[in-house]
Amino acid sequence: MIEVKDLVQRIGGQEILRGFSIPVHRGETLVLLGRSGGGKSVFLRHLIGLMKPVSGQVIVDGVDITQLGERALEPVRRKIAMVFQDGALFDSMTVFDNVAFTLRERGERDEETIRRKVRETLELVNMTGHEHKMPVNLSGGMRKRVALARAIVWPPEVILYDEPTAGLDPIVSDSINRLIRRMQRQLHVTSIVVTHDMVSCNHIADRVALLHEGRVRFYGTLEELSKTDDSVVRDFVDGRSHEAE
Amino acid sequence: MGLITLPGAVAVAFCSYLGQVAELAAETVRSVFAGRIRFGLVLRQISHIGFGSQMVVIVTGAFTGAVFTAQTFFQFARLNMESAVGPVISVAMCRELGPVLTGLMVAGRVGAAMSAELGTMKVTQQIDALRALAVHPVDYLVVPRALAMLISMPLLVGECIFFGIASGYFVATKVLGVGAAYYMANMYRFTEAEDIFMGLIKGFVFGLIIVFISCREGLYARDGAVGVGRATTEAVVIGSLSVLIANFFLTMALNIFFPAGVSG
Ligand SMILES: Nc1ncnc2c1ncn2[C@@H]1O[C@H](COP(=O)(O)OP(=O)(O)O)[C@@H](O)[C@H]1O
Ligand SMILES: [Mg+2]
Repeated sequence: MIEVKDLVQRIGGQEILRGFSIPVHRGETLVLLGRSGGGKSVFLRHLIGLMKPVSGQVIVDGVDITQLGERALEPVRRKIAMVFQDGALFDSMTVFDNVAFTLRERGERDEETIRRKVRETLELVNMTGHEHKMPVNLSGGMRKRVALARAIVWPPEVILYDEPTAGLDPIVSDSINRLIRRMQRQLHVTSIVVTHDMVSCNHIADRVALLHEGRVRFYGTLEELSKTDDSVVRDFVDGRSHEAE
Repeated sequence: MGLITLPGAVAVAFCSYLGQVAELAAETVRSVFAGRIRFGLVLRQISHIGFGSQMVVIVTGAFTGAVFTAQTFFQFARLNMESAVGPVISVAMCRELGPVLTGLMVAGRVGAAMSAELGTMKVTQQIDALRALAVHPVDYLVVPRALAMLISMPLLVGECIFFGIASGYFVATKVLGVGAAYYMANMYRFTEAEDIFMGLIKGFVFGLIIVFISCREGLYARDGAVGVGRATTEAVVIGSLSVLIANFFLTMALNIFFPAGVSG
């Protein structure tokens, strides 16, 4: 359904992606691991055309979206929702209006339906009771959950999560992990989850990839991950830095 | 960079800036004609831009009108031409002072707010969030502001002109002792509908200049808070200078269609 081929991206002379290729299968949850600053967020931005690569292709349902203009990308973006790393909520709107935004922009006019759907979605992410707060008055984790609600209130086919559990307490992290699982089971959503939270990874992943120096260093199932003897992958999974004490 | 290449670099930067503003304007026009207008947002912007700017514009117009009247009176009184003060004020307010003062005040008040708001949205990824939700930033942010500006500016210019002339009348007749009947008669005689029309056209143009420059500054902001500050300053400076420069060319061009002081 999504096929990334030889993606190359440079920003300001720095080569961030150097021939990144990865397949994403329909209905699966792909966890993308990688060091902080390794280009994971940059990679996600290419999947909905927020960035254009220097070269390479991103094929979504048979169409190379790197060739599409801003307007032509709109149908793709309605299919693929993105949860930004720090939420990127509209800070002039309340939590309720942030979530309702998606519905209103997709043409939902009935306020009663909007209220019901927003309430249900906020309940899913454990944010009931915060409808009337402004985003600046939320903690980082709450912002992330509202962003998630905004992305799923209009059910997408694919969801891109940029570090959905980073900075959350273990309990909330677990509920987010369950939510990602549930979306997959019930709605057959395809997910790409960028994280370096191995607990979360073990909980949700159907397949795991490791981004290392702009390329895919590892791609396989959790079981294959546990058996690999590639030292770069092992160090990441086990959390070793090789720095002198 | 050598001395020879410097002018070239400036020219290139200038042209690319102009290109970005023009592209934004073109996208806005396309969007309006495709019917992608959010009327609720237009109304909200009218209240920000139009309604909220009235105080500033009225005070500016009134006091400039008053001062200008007094100065004109002091000079004209030496020639015993006190009764000619009225038309001088009204024609100047309509053709130049009204639109230019309004343009400068709006560039300051509204241009700064617009570029700061859009700039903050840009650097905090809210613009990307819009795009990710399949909403074109021009549709959602620029179109409502441009339409609101188009509606508000002529009204603000009209207000500025009115209060400028009214305060001039007050100063001339009540403070400086010019005969009210003379003043009004001469003012009516030498002020044409074209003068007012010229002011309103200038208002339209200045409004569009301000809106597209401010939105360009906001949408291209980067590097966090400092970048937003820079964008805001540039929006006000470039907006104000563009208003003044455009005013000169508009005066020359509009004078062909509405020649000053021919009839009467
Ligand atoms: N807009 C940008 N301008 C300059 N550098 C950028 C920009 N976006 C990302 N980078 C750089 O790209 C690299 C990868 O960033 P990112 O994808 O955010 O990493 P992460 O894997 O932690 O998500 C970093 O070195 C970052 O500094
Ligand atoms: Mg990141």
